[in-house]
Amino acid sequence: MAARRAADAGARDGRGRAQGRLIRASRAARLHLVATVALGLATTALIVAQATLLAHVVARVFVDGAALADVAPSLWWLAAASVARGLAAAGTEAGGRYGAARVLADLRERLVRRLLLERPGSLAGEHAGELAATAVQGVDALEAYFARYLPQAALSCLAPVAILAWVLPRDLEAAAILAVTVPLIPLFMVLIGRLAAERTRRRWRTLSALSARFLDLVSGLETLRAFGRTSAAGRALDEAGERYRRETMATLRIGFLSALVLELLATLGTALVAVTVGVQLASGSLGLEAGLTVLILAPELYAPLRELGAQFHASADGLAAAERILEVLDAPGGVTVRRPTVEPPDPALVPVSLEDVRFTYPGRSAPVLDGASLTLEPGRLTALVGPSGAGKTTLALLVLRLADPDSGTVACGGVDLRRVEPRAWRRRAAWVPQRATIFAGTVEDNVRLARPEATSAEVAEALRAAGAEEFVAALPDGAQTRLGDGGRRLSAGQSRRIALARAFLSDASLVVLDEPTAHLDAHSAAAVEAAIGRLAAGRTVLLITHRPELAAACDRVLELRHGRIAALGRQGLEAAA
Amino acid sequence: MSLSRRGSHAPLWRMARATRSRWRLLALSVLLGAGAVLAGVGLLAVSGYLISRAAQRPEILSLGVAIAAVRSLAIARAALRYGERLASHDLAFRTLADLRRRLFARLVPLVPGGLPGVGRADVLSRFVGDVDRLQDLYLRALGPVAVGLLSAAATLLIAFALLPAAAAALAVGLLVAGLVTPLLTRAAARAAGRRQAAARAALTAAIVEVTGGAAEIALAGRERDWIERADRASARLARIQRRDALSGGLATGLATAATGLTAVGVALVAVPAVRGGALAGVLLAAVLLLTLGAFETVRPLPSAGASIDACGAAARRIEDILDRPAPVVDPEQPARPPSAGDLEARGLRFRYDDAGPWLLAGVDMRLAPGKAIALAGPSGCGKSTLAELLVRFRDPVAGAVLLGGIDLRDLPQEELRDAVLLGSQDAYLFDGTIRENLALAKPDASQAELERAARRVGLGPWLAALPDGLDTAVGEQGAQVSGGQRRRIAAARLLLSPARFLIADEPAAHLDPPAAAALHAELAREARAGRGVLLIAHEPYGLERFDEVLELREGRLKARG
Repeated sequence: MAARRAADAGARDGRGRAQGRLIRASRAARLHLVATVALGLATTALIVAQATLLAHVVARVFVDGAALADVAPSLWWLAAASVARGLAAAGTEAGGRYGAARVLADLRERLVRRLLLERPGSLAGEHAGELAATAVQGVDALEAYFARYLPQAALSCLAPVAILAWVLPRDLEAAAILAVTVPLIPLFMVLIGRLAAERTRRRWRTLSALSARFLDLVSGLETLRAFGRTSAAGRALDEAGERYRRETMATLRIGFLSALVLELLATLGTALVAVTVGVQLASGSLGLEAGLTVLILAPELYAPLRELGAQFHASADGLAAAERILEVLDAPGGVTVRRPTVEPPDPALVPVSLEDVRFTYPGRSAPVLDGASLTLEPGRLTALVGPSGAGKTTLALLVLRLADPDSGTVACGGVDLRRVEPRAWRRRAAWVPQRATIFAGTVEDNVRLARPEATSAEVAEALRAAGAEEFVAALPDGAQTRLGDGGRRLSAGQSRRIALARAFLSDASLVVLDEPTAHLDAHSAAAVEAAIGRLAAGRTVLLITHRPELAAACDRVLELRHGRIAALGRQGLEAAA
Repeated sequence: MSLSRRGSHAPLWRMARATRSRWRLLALSVLLGAGAVLAGVGLLAVSGYLISRAAQRPEILSLGVAIAAVRSLAIARAALRYGERLASHDLAFRTLADLRRRLFARLVPLVPGGLPGVGRADVLSRFVGDVDRLQDLYLRALGPVAVGLLSAAATLLIAFALLPAAAAALAVGLLVAGLVTPLLTRAAARAAGRRQAAARAALTAAIVEVTGGAAEIALAGRERDWIERADRASARLARIQRRDALSGGLATGLATAATGLTAVGVALVAVPAVRGGALAGVLLAAVLLLTLGAFETVRPLPSAGASIDACGAAARRIEDILDRPAPVVDPEQPARPPSAGDLEARGLRFRYDDAGPWLLAGVDMRLAPGKAIALAGPSGCGKSTLAELLVRFRDPVAGAVLLGGIDLRDLPQEELRDAVLLGSQDAYLFDGTIRENLALAKPDASQAELERAARRVGLGPWLAALPDGLDTAVGEQGAQVSGGQRRRIAAARLLLSPARFLIADEPAAHLDPPAAAALHAELAREARAGRGVLLIAHEPYGLERFDEVLELREGRLKARG
C-alpha cells in the first residue's frame, strides 16, 4: 500500500507527461494503443448486443408467452456474443501483456545502447541494481497499465457514448438521466481527486513515515539492545502506530466521502432509470423489451468509469518504471565530437593536458571543477590528492573522455580531444575505478576485457604483475574460476587487483587509477602499491589517492581543491596529510 | 526453504490468527462489505421485477413498494460500502500495529548474533519490507475473500428461493468465474514465473553489468559485445513473455465469458419454468438480472488470491528470519548482578561454524574498573566477535566471560548490558535529533552533560556553528551528518552512558589520524574516572595513554611489542 501510494503521490503530477512520452517514445506502445481502441469498440458493441438479446428473450417469454424453442435462436446468439466478449477480453489482456513486454524490451534496448555508446560513465554504481530491476521487473507493473488501465480508459470513452446513442432514440427520459449523471462521475472524480490529492499525499507521508520509523528501529536494533532500550522502542512503535491510526481514520472519514458520492451517482442513476422506465412502461409509452435493455445497459454505462479510478492507481507503478528509464534516456550527457576527426595522439609520447576546465554536475549549482589546469607528462606517474568530493574522479572522467567539460579543453600533444573519436581515444586508455566491475565469466575472461585475444600465458603474466597470482591460484579452478553473477564473489582488494591486471594486459599507454588502496587492509594495500610501481613503467599514469605514502612515491603530486589544481611539494604533501 | 514449504500458507494463517483479538471489527467489516454487494445485486433484481410488473400496466401506486425498495437499495449500497471502507481500514491499521509490535519483539533476541552474518542490513530491510507488505493482509487478501464468499452464498440462497434450478446454474457459473479461473490464472502465472525466472535473472545480470560497468566496457572497446548479450537475453525473455501473455489472456477471457454463458444457462431452466408455472413470469427478468449482478460477488477473488500469495510469501520470509534460534537466552534462575568487580574473559574459544577454523582460540583477558586496554589486530581477526562475546550478543563455544566473578550466562541480559556497554563498529544513529541520539545512553541527561560529552569528542565547534545545535536532525541513518561526525556522536553517546565498562569498537574509523588519536586519548581518560575501557582500533593512533596494548593474532591475545 505504501509503495502504491508513493507512486500515486509522485506520479499524479507528471502522469500526463509520462504517458505522452511513453506513447511517443515507443512504436510498440502506439501499435498497442490502436489495438486497444479496436477491442474496446468490439466490446462495446457486444455489450449492447448482449443486453438486447437478453431483453428480447424476457419480453418474448413474459409478454408473448413464447416457449424455449421460440427463443432458442436468441439464446444461441447470446451465447455466441458472450464467447465473443470473452475473446475480446482475452485479446485485451494478452495484448496488454504482450504490449508491456514489447515496450519494455524496446526501452531496454535503447537504454543499453545509450549507456554504452553515448554516455558511458554517467551512472553512479549504486543506482545500477535499481535501474536494472526496473528495466526487467518493471514489466509486471507496466502490465497493469497496458492490460488494464489503457483498455479501461478506452472503454470508458467508448461505452457511454455508444450506449447513450443506442438508448436516446428508444427512451428519451432514461437517456436524459444517463446523460446528466454519467458526465458527473468523471467531473466529481476530478474535483474530489484534486481535493483528496493533498490529503492522500499527507496520509501516504504518515504511512511511509511509520514504515520508515519501523525500519529505523529495526536497523538500529543492535544499538538499542546494547543500550537496553528495546522495550522503550517497542512502546514508541505502538504509540506512533496508534496515533497514526487515529489521525488517518479522521481524514479517511472525510476522504471516503468522495467514493460515497461516486457510488451514489452510479447506484441512484441506475435506480432512477429503473423507476423512470417503470413509470413509462406503466403508462404504455415504452415497450418491455426496450425498457429492459435500457435497464441492463445502465450499470454497464457506469461501471467502466468507476473501474477506471481503481486502475488509475494500480497503473501508477508501471508508469513510474517507464518514466525511470525514459529519464535516463533523456538525461543529457555524452561527449561531443568535432568532425573531421584525427588519429588519436599517443599519451606515452606526448603530454595530456587540461586547460581551464570547468564542470558542473546536472542539477547542482556549484561547479565541481572551476578553472582546473594540469599536464600529465608522458611516461610519468602523477598523483592527484585532495579532500573527498573535490572532483578528482570527475577529472579522471574528463581525461578518459567519458564526459565533456562545460568549458576549457582536454588535449593530448596539442590536439583538442574533441577532434578525436572517443572510442579511438579510449583504446589508448585504461581505468582502474574505485569499485571495479567484475563481469560474469572466468577470471581470465575478466582480465581479457580490453584484449579478448590475449593468450592464457599473457593473462597469467598480467595477474602476476598485478599481485593477483597468489589468490587466483588459491581459487578452486584457478584462473578458470567463474566470477560475477552466480559465480564467486571477490573482496574489494581482489577485485581491484583483477582490474589492475586488466590494465597490465591492455595496450593502454594512459592509465587512470582511482583510489587503488582505499579500504584495503595493510597486506593487500602493499601488494597493490607494488603493482602500481610496475604498471607505471613505460606508461603515463594518473593516480588519484588520499594516502600520503602512496603519493610520496610519485613523480609529481598535484592537489585538487576548490575546483582548481595546485602543485604540492614534499612539505605541502606532509601538510596535506 | 524446503520445497514442501514453498506453497504453504501456514505462516500466513499463523499471522492472521495472531490478530484474532480484533474479530469483532473483522465481523463488522465483512458484514458491511457483504451487505453492500448484496444491495447492488438486489438493486438489479428488484429493478427487473419493477419493470416487469410495470409492463403489466397496473396502477402506478401499486408499484410504490418496488420503487421505494429500488431507491433504498441504491442508497444502502453506497452507505454500506462507505461503512465497510472505514471498518476495514481501521482493522488494517490496528492489525498492522499489532503485527509490528509482535514481530519486533520476536526479532529483538536475534540481533545481532542470530542473523546470517553477511548483509545483515539487507536482511533487516527486507524484513521491514515484508512486514509492510502484510498491510494488504486484510484489506486486499482476507477481507475481499470473506466478503465474496458470504455474498455469493447469500445470492445463491435468494436464487434458490426463486428457482432452485436457476441457483444450480448460477452456482456453476460462479464457481468457474470465482474459483476455476483464478486458480487457472494463478497456475499460469506461476508457470510463467518459473519459465521466466532464469531469463529474467540472466537479463538482470547483463543490465546490471551495463549500468554499473558501462565506463569499463567502453574503455575496453567492447560495447558491441555487451549490447549483443543484453539484446539476446532481452529477446529470450520477450519470447517467453509472449507465450505467457496468451495463457493469461485466455483465463481472463474465460471469466468474462462465464457471465453471459451463465445467463444463457439460467434462461434455459427459467424459460420452461415460466411456461410450467414454477416461476412467475414477472420474476423472469429479476432472476436473469440477479444472475448478471451475482458475478459482482466473485469479482475481487482473483486479485485477492494474488494478494494472499504475496502476503503468504512475505509471511514465510518473515518466519524464516524469526524462526532462527536465539543465540543467547536469559537464564531460568538469574544470579544477582554484581555491583563491583572485573570483566574477565577466560579461555574463550569461538568459531562461526562447527567445522571452521577457530576465530578465537583461547582468549584470556581481564578488564578492571579504572583500567584502559587497547586491542589491535588485522581486520577480520575476531576483534568485533570478542566484543560481542563480552556483552553476550553471542555465547562462546568454550570458556566463559565473567562479570564480578559471575558467568554472563547466569545474568539477566538487560542488567548485564547496563553494566557493560558495547559501542559497535557500525554505531547506528536513529532518525531524530543529535540530542535524541545522545539521550539513548542516558534519557535524563542534562543539557550541560550532553554538551560536555559532545565537547569531549571534538564536536564542540561544529555544534556551536549549527543554528539548531543539539536539536539538529541527523537524518535517516545519520545521512545528514558526515561519516566522521556520525562516529563522534556515537562516541559521545558511549561516554555519556553510566555503564561501568565501555567497549568501543573502531570508534575513530573515518577520522583522520590526529582526530583519531584525540578520540582514543579521550576514551583512555574515561578510565581515570573509574570505568573499565576496552578500545578496539585498527589504526594505532594515540594509544600512549592506555595501560595495556594487546594484539589479537591467530585467535589469541598478545601484548603488542
